[in-house]
Amino acid sequence: MSVLVYANSSEGKFKKSAFEVVSYGKKVAEELGTNVIAVTINIDGVAELQNYGAETIVTVNNDGLKVFNAQGYASVIKQVAEAKGSNVIIIDSSIDGLYLGPLLSVAFNAGYASNVVAAPSSTSPFIVKRKAFSNKGFNNTEISTENKVIGLAKNSYGIHENSVTASVESFQASIGDFGVASTSIDKAVGKVTIADADVVVSAGRGLKGPENWGMVEELADVLGAATACSKPVSDLGWRPHGEHVGQTGKPVATNLYIAIGISGAIQHLAGINASKVKVVINTDPEAPFFKAADYGIVGDAFEVVPQLISKLRDFKAQNS
Amino acid sequence: MKILVCISHVPDTTSKINFTDNDTKFDTNGVQFVINPYDEFVLTRAMWFKEKQGASVTVVNVGSALTEPTLRKALAIGADDAIRVNAEPIDGMSVAKEIAEVSKNGGYDLVLAGKESSDYNGQMVPGMVAAMLGFNFVNGCVGMEVDGNNVTATREIDGGSESLVTTLPLVVGGQKGIVEESDLRIPNMRGIMMARKKPLNVVEPTSSENATSSQSFEKPAPKGAVKLVDADNIDELINLLHNKAKVI
Repeated sequence: MSVLVYANSSEGKFKKSAFEVVSYGKKVAEELGTNVIAVTINIDGVAELQNYGAETIVTVNNDGLKVFNAQGYASVIKQVAEAKGSNVIIIDSSIDGLYLGPLLSVAFNAGYASNVVAAPSSTSPFIVKRKAFSNKGFNNTEISTENKVIGLAKNSYGIHENSVTASVESFQASIGDFGVASTSIDKAVGKVTIADADVVVSAGRGLKGPENWGMVEELADVLGAATACSKPVSDLGWRPHGEHVGQTGKPVATNLYIAIGISGAIQHLAGINASKVKVVINTDPEAPFFKAADYGIVGDAFEVVPQLISKLRDFKAQNS
Repeated sequence: MKILVCISHVPDTTSKINFTDNDTKFDTNGVQFVINPYDEFVLTRAMWFKEKQGASVTVVNVGSALTEPTLRKALAIGADDAIRVNAEPIDGMSVAKEIAEVSKNGGYDLVLAGKESSDYNGQMVPGMVAAMLGFNFVNGCVGMEVDGNNVTATREIDGGSESLVTTLPLVVGGQKGIVEESDLRIPNMRGIMMARKKPLNVVEPTSSENATSSQSFEKPAPKGAVKLVDADNIDELINLLHNKAKVI
């Protein structure tokens, strides 16, 4: 018995979620009185995982897995779990994690809970808390099968240092035919993505037109943030669909979410509620977003945002 | 091409979420139920395959008789027939088992579902159905075309999109982009009248074996009041974000 975690990486670098799942895996292993094993796919320099408690690191290197493939990755993780006698597998709930999770749970014959936000409240019975109702509630879910798969929500359990010395071993996985193949990837280079960002700067119809997004991008740039927008803005074609955050758009679970000229419709709030600190800038003091925000400025974005940019630049210059 | 579209029956997005019976049950009092918005996108895509490529479209739901109005709405939008598996959905695994069984019995080539339902947001059922049936699987699908057995699809990835090739039989977990919001159809009177005559077959579940179960619900901790900062005092906002919230 052991706990296996999949440390997600992309282009040879660990995602932040890799450290979160290792931290979480360590906690679950402690509760179960066992150890945590991390599996990595096509990444060199895995020692960093020791800082968070990975006692064993299993590396898989395979040319057939250079591009993420849900079926291929699920199959490899299952093979490692079986070889290592693990019965709890922890993955993240990123786009790719949610893609491979259900395939893994059926292949591994395991009950699966995704978007889990906290350490198990009990391990016998095994109960985890997961997001439900588009961030308007949580569900405490019992996983009753012997094998279990847990998908950890981003920015929920956190990263906990727990330094150990890991043994590193490589694993030869057998790779079959996948049935789904990648032909091309279209991705902005060098831009912070909404899923990876610690700060998201988002703007709505209050900005009056796409020509006014310069200051949003500038603010995002100062903060190292990703840019996002409300649904009407993407429906109007002012910004690409990929920037739409909210219930039917991308979910946001960042440390800081800054909403400029967004009124805060219930569907928008459902998508961004999991963010820790919300700042709203809006001319209308009655905008519903003020009820959901931590900090607010009632004012004209065209006056407030440029000031905020210049003051933040000064602040960053002093604090770096 | 035979298409099966999975329809989840969920609270309208503007519903107030409350729990009853010592926080063990979702309070349906005053809640209006609708077709899961993610499912509506894939249902609309299925209508396009029906009209342009002569596909047949069956909708399926696992639920009690209370979900039938939602299935009738899907029929009014244009599905040919509906199947309701007469079981209370317990978890993703048990629902997936029922849908996989329906798919097997009906010999469907393409199973379409929203990537998640707006109630549990688990993104579990489509992938589980694919794994149980041994079908190919595309999740987070924002565009797809079918030519014979060959399928090209686009899925959303972190910061962009990925083009994929695959073949039928296939399960797709779709989202906005597979059709646009403006493509969604509101049933017209003729559709509603016709839907009353379309077959809605009720089948009994094969197994209700679940792997997980709901123990209780919680609401997010109540939020404190917003701290308003004067528009002329941006320094205070920066100070609060740095020293109090510690996010910059």
